[in-house]
Amino acid sequence: MLKQTNYLTKVYGLPEGWKLAAYERECDGYQTAKKVLTTMSQADVVNEAKKANIRGRGGAGFPMGVKWSFMKPHPTKPAYLVINADEGEPGTHKDRTIMELNPHSVIEGCMIGCYAIGAHVAYVYVRDELHLSKARLWDAIKEAKAKGYLGKNPFGKDYALDVVVHTGAGAYICGEETSLLNSLEGKRGEPRLKPPFPAQSGAFACPTTVNNLETIAAVPSAFKLGCEEFSKLSSIHHLNDGGVRLFGVNGHVKKPGVWECAVGLTLRELIYDLGGGILGDKPLHSIIPGGSSTPVLKADDVVHAPDEKSPLHAWHGKSVLDVPLGVDTFRNMGTMLGTCCATVMAEGTDPVACFHNLMQFYRLESCGQCTPCREGSGWLFRIAEKLMEGTCSMEELNTLHEVANGIMGNTICAFGEGTAMPALGYLKKFRKEFEAYVKGQRGTGVLNQMETSWGGRA
Amino acid sequence: MPFALTPERDRELTDILTRYPTKMAACIPLLHLCQEQNGFIDDDVVTFVSHRLDLPPAHVKGVVTFYTLFNQHKVGKHQVWVCRTLPCALRGANDMLHYCEKKLGIKAGETTADGKITLRTAECLASCGSAPMMQVDKDYHENLTPAAVDEILEKLRS
Ligand SMILES: Cc1cc2nc3c(=O)[nH]c(=O)nc-3n(C[C@H](O)[C@H](O)[C@H](O)COP(=O)(O)O)c2cc1C
Ligand code: SF4
Ligand code: FES
Repeated sequence: MLKQTNYLTKVYGLPEGWKLAAYERECDGYQTAKKVLTTMSQADVVNEAKKANIRGRGGAGFPMGVKWSFMKPHPTKPAYLVINADEGEPGTHKDRTIMELNPHSVIEGCMIGCYAIGAHVAYVYVRDELHLSKARLWDAIKEAKAKGYLGKNPFGKDYALDVVVHTGAGAYICGEETSLLNSLEGKRGEPRLKPPFPAQSGAFACPTTVNNLETIAAVPSAFKLGCEEFSKLSSIHHLNDGGVRLFGVNGHVKKPGVWECAVGLTLRELIYDLGGGILGDKPLHSIIPGGSSTPVLKADDVVHAPDEKSPLHAWHGKSVLDVPLGVDTFRNMGTMLGTCCATVMAEGTDPVACFHNLMQFYRLESCGQCTPCREGSGWLFRIAEKLMEGTCSMEELNTLHEVANGIMGNTICAFGEGTAMPALGYLKKFRKEFEAYVKGQRGTGVLNQMETSWGGRA
Repeated sequence: MPFALTPERDRELTDILTRYPTKMAACIPLLHLCQEQNGFIDDDVVTFVSHRLDLPPAHVKGVVTFYTLFNQHKVGKHQVWVCRTLPCALRGANDMLHYCEKKLGIKAGETTADGKITLRTAECLASCGSAPMMQVDKDYHENLTPAAVDEILEKLRS
């Protein structure tokens, strides 16, 4: 259901909309943090947060309030809130808009989040390339400190709060939360074995909550409205997927971009109503729903959910384009909602070339700790190269399955699955096209057949 | 000559150190400061960082080699990064990269003979909604057309 909202995006596009003055004027800036800190106990905040049904916006969709409730006070160690703004998942371009256009929502969200989990410092880990984002966040911190919102006694309360911006130096894997923590500590960004989970031992071996940047930026809106009310804005509130979030679309659409809408929007609405439809009015070919690690859907895929208990049952027999974009709905379609930024391919795009492009990404970005991931991502890419060159045999094509399956479940972090799942997805959905390459009928190899300014090549 | 930070950057380091419970956490921010000053991270810089933060040189070296953005060799005055990942490729990033290569007379990964520009490919830079795009030093350039690329490269060369 298309319902555009503007809790976060109200200041987007306003002159100096990223400054404190605009945030206070348009969004009642910091009034929610004030109310929370001065009238609620920490336990109340966590209980209230659970009612918002905010599913983590970083990709895995874990309920935010539940994650906060894992934090238990430690007798000697401080707690930390760490915000993940590494935004590196190919196809994802939403967190950046918040940092650039509404950074104060992040600071206010951090204040409430810190209070809820018993932390006094929040580290916002921003990928180094996002220089404007970092500058806007630092400026917002400075403004909030000048007003006394951040500092020793926010709103007269004896609860010191600080926010610090930290950066990595270019590594997709640092988006994985334990890798991010190592990077924050000044080490190589290699993921850690879990357990222990961050809530037990995270940043600097202290209890830590890692939240995605959009997750934390949604907190002030939720608490301002009342968390249950906020959740009900979603049309799939009954599936514990609440509120509003940012939806992005890129690739072969006429108007790529990011919009804030109630949860429950469908791919069809995202692509055609918000994204303006396909470039050149061509037919839709396929969609990667939420970042490159989420398996591809074909335009003509139909939902198969005969089981009445399935959260998808209500859409049984319908086009995948008409299913609400939700964490559990998409998981049950054999893909994932991921970061909720969809990549759209028009008819004429070569799926084998897409596969090749993505496998190059994973091969480059594997941190190399686990053999199945390090070697497997290399194999996947080498076979993809041979496919494109027209030298791949049927046996090697079948090896792709073996290699991908060998990665699944055998690695330290979910990067492994994030590589294997989309690989298997492409192989399953486009077997015919892959086989054609093997049989010497290579596809067009074309990714941008569109009338972009770079000239169509089809 | 051993490497040392300028006084201004040294003050920044003092400020950075106050943000974390450990000295080690300043490792990446300090390496950025050093690279800003030196252009790349050589053994002298590694020695400096390891002394300042009480870290074994091998730790610092391990960090330097892990992250893409730390240069281990001298690079051009300007860094041009063309995003090549799928969403950008769907909107012409490959053509754009070839266009840059032709205009600059170098391949991705190389530096122009006058030492002015290093051209490289990048993986997704969180700008997929405004593809194709490139990062030039600290700035993003989005929704690029050939004319816009001409202008950007001319400016860097002059
Ligand atoms: C390879 C990999 C890359 C990831 N990249 C990001 C990222 O860039 N940003 C992010 O918020 N989460 C990313 N995640 C998910 C995080 O590990 C973690 O689940 C998330 O930050 C938790 O926040 P949330 O519960 O608010 O979503 C990544 C996970 C993996 C396995
Ligand atoms: S799965 Fe891959 S990225 Fe994750 S820890 Fe293992 S080697 Fe590193
Ligand atoms: S793919 Fe180029 S910015 Fe995301």
